[in-house]
Amino acid sequence: MGRRASIFNIVSVTLGLAFLYLPIVILVIYSFNGSRLVTVWGGWSLTWYRALLSDRAMIDAAWTSLRIAALSASAATVLGTCAAVALTRLGRFRGRLLFSGMVYAPLVMPEVITGLSLLLLFVALDVDRGFWTISIAHTTLTMCFVTVIVQSRLVSFDRSLEEAAMDLGCPPLKTFLTVTLPLILPAIAAGWMLAFSLSLDDLVIASFTTGPGATTLPIRIYSEVRLGVKPEINAVCTIMIAVVAVATVVASLASKRGAVRRERAGA
Amino acid sequence: MAEAATQEQTAGDRPLVRFAGVAKRFGQITAVEEFTLDIGEGEFFALLGPSGCGKTTLLRMLAGFETPSAGSILLDGEDIVAVPPHRRPVNMMFQNYALFPHLSVAGNIAFGLRQERAGRAEIAERVAEMLALVRMPDFGRRRIDQLSGGQRQRVALARALIKRPRVLLLDEPMAALDKKLRAETQFELMELQRRLGTTFVIVTHDQDEAMTVADRIAVMDRGRLAQVAAPSEIYERPNSRWVADFIGEVTLLEGMLAEGAIETVLGRFRAAMPAGGRKRDTVWLALRPEKLHIAAQRPADGNLNAIPGTVFEIGYRGDMSIYKVRLADRSLMKVALANTSARGRASFGIDDVVWLSWPPEAGWVLTR
Repeated sequence: MGRRASIFNIVSVTLGLAFLYLPIVILVIYSFNGSRLVTVWGGWSLTWYRALLSDRAMIDAAWTSLRIAALSASAATVLGTCAAVALTRLGRFRGRLLFSGMVYAPLVMPEVITGLSLLLLFVALDVDRGFWTISIAHTTLTMCFVTVIVQSRLVSFDRSLEEAAMDLGCPPLKTFLTVTLPLILPAIAAGWMLAFSLSLDDLVIASFTTGPGATTLPIRIYSEVRLGVKPEINAVCTIMIAVVAVATVVASLASKRGAVRRERAGA
Repeated sequence: MAEAATQEQTAGDRPLVRFAGVAKRFGQITAVEEFTLDIGEGEFFALLGPSGCGKTTLLRMLAGFETPSAGSILLDGEDIVAVPPHRRPVNMMFQNYALFPHLSVAGNIAFGLRQERAGRAEIAERVAEMLALVRMPDFGRRRIDQLSGGQRQRVALARALIKRPRVLLLDEPMAALDKKLRAETQFELMELQRRLGTTFVIVTHDQDEAMTVADRIAVMDRGRLAQVAAPSEIYERPNSRWVADFIGEVTLLEGMLAEGAIETVLGRFRAAMPAGGRKRDTVWLALRPEKLHIAAQRPADGNLNAIPGTVFEIGYRGDMSIYKVRLADRSLMKVALANTSARGRASFGIDDVVWLSWPPEAGWVLTR
């Protein structure tokens, strides 16, 4: 087997990437379209980005989305990290398997079901639906992703580092804060970024749990598109793609850097 | 009886560390059983045994990472079983060093003092002192991943010593070093221990290492104490076949105890009577390879024990050659011959008939 790519490999990579990214590339290109008609090319222009700046409703929706994403990602990171620590550290407590199964269930649960069940819960509790209910729902959705990421880091964590700290006179809680936490921080940051991205682009659960006055960006976009695709939408989506892409790249770089440092620091 | 006396002699009336009937079980598995041992102030003490004999468990119980299932551990006469690891005046050097990768060399070494809320100036001074002690004065600002294995080992040592512990615990401290570096480090460690006067307890499976560094060795077998004594005592006067076989090379001849001698199927050999041995007891004569003499003829001196055999195998090791000689009962006896002449190989070949001889005091009679 040579290391050079064969024609077959080049073709399959090209087709695969085209299948994944062609729609996105077209969307990005058309967001810079000067024409009012979505399907007709009218030359490069920033018209629709400028138009966005004066679209109050769209900016409000984006602001709501960002606030929900930041809030729910933070809550999910705290809860998810706690769950990961419990799962890796408490040993074989009674019901451990059930607990880990329950933590992971939302990963594979259809979003429609998660959304519907949360809606029923909020209705039963007679809570006013809006900003807070979406935040809670997104915390539920994203917490398990944080748990998976942090847990995989904790499993490979060298416990003798904690023992060394305690041996040198550091009490257990302080050991966790000064030794364990700094070393698993890249994984926690990666978890936060992923939770942030997931919350930002969720439509299904948000539309189940939203109420009057709390419109997230995906809900806003979806309702606009139902009346026909406007060029501004392309611009909004391009910005969203940029935000999510940056968050994902930062998250994966953070966890990769942690892994490389661990590798070099030796066993 | 003899080893109990030795132990009391060296551990003193007030031992620094005392294990009293300590046992440790992990579910069904018993790691340590009925373990009683005293370690004296200022000793360099080794826990030696094959892997899985419970020596590391014992060390971890002393550090506080494991709780004994039974018995007590005393430090300076006080029971420390209930004291958590961070309040024990003992420090440990871990097998993989367990250096904090997010801290610098100086940060690692200072870690223990920071927990005591020592002043900035004092910390800086003591860290510099420790860096000088392990001969790495200019390494304070380095990151851990920029150090070699030997340097990491020194940093781990400095970090464990900075709090001036009552006991320094070393868990297989040289396992990750290559042979040459290990030998150097052993002597450095001994010098350091003499200079500081701190009690060192080292865990190792390497008998050469234990013999080299330790004042006294506790040999462990499947969670129990097999023998505790000075290295030469353990080598020359092991208390059981297991210890004789575990430490160094040995040939064991089974026989029956008689007056000043032992009767075997290969003949009657003169030997010192073991303490507490009775006539007609089944005993074993332990012979170390380097104490045997090999010659072409039967030695003229009638005081020597002698036995004929044929050379079966020769192993050349450079400094010495190991001969395996087949005896009349087809068993093999090992003989070591120092290669003192520059020619190297001695003048015996495979299948040569040889006579092995040894003075009565060179053999050691074992009763179990």
